[in-house]
Amino acid sequence: MKNKPNPVSNPYFAGVILGIVLFAAYALTQSGLGASGAISRIHVAITKIFWSTHIDQIGTFASMGAGEKNPLDHASVFLLLGTFLGGMVSAWWNGRMKVEVFKGSRITNTQRLIFALLGGAIMGYGARFARGCTSGQALSGGAVLSVGSWAFMFSVFIGGYAVAYFVRRLWLD
Amino acid sequence: MLPVDVLADFGKVGGYLIFVLIGAGFGVSLELAGFGDSRRLAAQFYLKDMTVLKTMFTGIIVACLLIFLSSALGILDFAQLNVNQTFLWPGIVGGLIMGVGFIIGGYCPGTSLIATASFKLDGLFFVIGAIVGAGLFGESLPLFDDFWNSSFSDRYLLSDWLGLSLGATVFAVTLLAVAFFYGAEKIEEFFRTKDTGEAFSWKISKRAYQVGAAALIVISLVIWFIGQPDPIRKWELMKEQYEPQLVSGEVNVSPLEYVKTNHEASIKLVTLDLRPSEEYKAFRLNGSENITMDDVLNAEFASQLVKLPVQGVVVLVSNDKSEAEKAWQYLKVQGVANLYILDNGLNDWNKLFGDKSVHGHPVDLSAPPAEILEQFPENAYVPKIKMSTKKHAGGLCG
Repeated sequence: MKNKPNPVSNPYFAGVILGIVLFAAYALTQSGLGASGAISRIHVAITKIFWSTHIDQIGTFASMGAGEKNPLDHASVFLLLGTFLGGMVSAWWNGRMKVEVFKGSRITNTQRLIFALLGGAIMGYGARFARGCTSGQALSGGAVLSVGSWAFMFSVFIGGYAVAYFVRRLWLD
Repeated sequence: MLPVDVLADFGKVGGYLIFVLIGAGFGVSLELAGFGDSRRLAAQFYLKDMTVLKTMFTGIIVACLLIFLSSALGILDFAQLNVNQTFLWPGIVGGLIMGVGFIIGGYCPGTSLIATASFKLDGLFFVIGAIVGAGLFGESLPLFDDFWNSSFSDRYLLSDWLGLSLGATVFAVTLLAVAFFYGAEKIEEFFRTKDTGEAFSWKISKRAYQVGAAALIVISLVIWFIGQPDPIRKWELMKEQYEPQLVSGEVNVSPLEYVKTNHEASIKLVTLDLRPSEEYKAFRLNGSENITMDDVLNAEFASQLVKLPVQGVVVLVSNDKSEAEKAWQYLKVQGVANLYILDNGLNDWNKLFGDKSVHGHPVDLSAPPAEILEQFPENAYVPKIKMSTKKHAGGLCG
């Protein structure tokens, strides 16, 4: 592993690769990319281990893992696995594989982890609400010109900018 | 012709393997952009680093141009791609919630995976939070189920909304993206602090950016100029794929199956009658609609059929076999699912049902009751209607 990480790519270069991968996803699978659906399936799989009757009762959970159905037996889960592996390989190649916590300098590591957990929960909730995350809705739906996806995309930016000022302490240097 | 369906073509193991590979490409592109670092993502909202906007819009525009260029050239059938369904208000509310989560947590679901994969502990905590949040949503959904399913439209494209052709819409979206890129560069120049201004490995000149932007615009103009293929040209392109279904007769439903299907509560049957209007006026099937070949070739008409729910079945009625098949071809290539032809049109209709009676009454020929089927032997016809369950929400988030 390298001591000093490589600088990140030009954002447009990364974007071109992203666009080609997205096109390949549509051409080979008829669908775009996504992450939140698989995250929801992981939740169902974990819950099913110790409370399987509950999965059968809640509509959205049941559709993924009711009865004998294995919630992880789905293309989105394998896409997520690939995303994880791809991220790992690229981080390793570029010397960015390191245990650390990214945060603004005014908060402690513990504070950052609490806010990451909280933000993750809000994001996970919102992603189900919007039927997709930044990748599944905004990116994939945006490329095929879905009206709902474009409305969603601008809402994410509006939501972020509206709150950014009030939580600036989290990110200030 | 693209798209292929890897799960259908290569089976589960091969198909899932391809999903892993596509995911890997996705992961690499996110990691290369530096999206494994929450500070870079958050900086988007403090206008210091516009990488999120730049990379995301480049990805959207590149994929969009590739999709519609290959569609214009007859390489890819856009009708077969899953377009995210529009649930307008739930999408907007969900988007606002996600924006808040984004700035508090510093990631989105996809990028948090990249952070976790490179051992960033804040990424790991975010993923755990997202798993919990997804669960909380399912638990709370019964409280606002109605809202969550409101303002729905299927396959609702920006071109429908704007009333423009797909080519013109692609051009407009490309111009918008280029304007965003220009704005992002200017804002970054203005707000960027010296410590986030680390060197790019890909140092390119302003000129290279201008060339790139010009290339995007030229490609979008080419797409607009060529235009998306009309149903007639599309059938020429896709003949090989669909013609076997016509030759084998697997889409020809017997009048008996038609009557049976018409009485099935779980199926929404749409009957389209292609006969001349005088014949239609003289006798028609109950609930059928009289249409012409012009309707069949009209994209707006076809899109109504494409937007039918999963339980929708479309049956074409014509006494002329070749006319029925032509209509089938042109609707098929426009993406109409569960599309069938009433075998031999109405030619046999009276012969089959004319002398029958139910409970002593002659049957209403325009809407024969279900009981009439008991008067035919069980194997009087081969059932052809198979509901395709392929239609799903679009994307992999569902």
